[in-house]
Amino acid sequence: MPAPDTNPDVSALAAAPALEDWHLDLHTEGARRDEAVVRLHGLLLRAARFEVFRRRNSLSQLSAVELDELAQDAADDAAVSVLRRLDDFRGESSFRTWAYKFALLEASVKVRRRAWRDREVTLEPEQWESLAHAGPGPDDDVESGALLEAVRDGIRSALTPRQRQVLVATVLEGVPIDVLAERLGSNRNALYKVLHDARRRLREHVAAAGFPEANQ
Amino acid sequence: MTGRDLDPTLLRLLGSDEPELDCDECFAQLDRYVELELRGAPADALVPGLRAHLVGCPACAEEHESLRALLELDSVS
Repeated sequence: MPAPDTNPDVSALAAAPALEDWHLDLHTEGARRDEAVVRLHGLLLRAARFEVFRRRNSLSQLSAVELDELAQDAADDAAVSVLRRLDDFRGESSFRTWAYKFALLEASVKVRRRAWRDREVTLEPEQWESLAHAGPGPDDDVESGALLEAVRDGIRSALTPRQRQVLVATVLEGVPIDVLAERLGSNRNALYKVLHDARRRLREHVAAAGFPEANQ
Repeated sequence: MTGRDLDPTLLRLLGSDEPELDCDECFAQLDRYVELELRGAPADALVPGLRAHLVGCPACAEEHESLRALLELDSVS
């Protein structure tokens, strides 16, 4: 029979309660899993309420009850996402932190979309033409004017229609990317890639027009 | 005029050529990144490209701020 492990450090580690081990029950079946799902939903609801409360000024038309319904919906959707992606959790953070981000994402997207629900998203192709100077000062006016013209020309001639649409809407009109994605039948990641490519093309165009500092 | 002198609207239009994650990659790393930040670890070195993405993507930046704020609240409650 092997001698019992009397190393106090090892024993302590083995006996240490794992504070977040409850989430392992999400992989099981029956009552243990049900209990863990309830606990998970509580965490997600806390995060969703936190986010909705933070962004409540953009939803001033909603009552407290409606705001809480929004948070509940976000927590419900986040629970579905978390349970579907349990195997993605690698323990690189605490489970709580990992789960929170799903609820914050769902809540923030719902808040943005609700805030813009009744607002028209005008995808005006001429919007950039009104791009005004807001630069450092009058001494820079000549150079800034030339830079602005290079930017306008780049938006006009160097971008694809889709790149122009996404860049103008998100940057100049302030349309949240999730709202634009919903209106265009796309998703945040795909639109951000369009935006990223648009910016790269614009930098290259502006740099070629004599402003190499733009391409950094 | 240097790149840093550009006005905020132009900076948002032009972005940066610094390598960055996309939104999905940012989401995948966000929990680890924020915990590293809160521990005072070199999060930007350990998760390269995430900070650059937050600068370019207001939506992901808001969620980063919220996760950080929520964890900070948890730590004092």
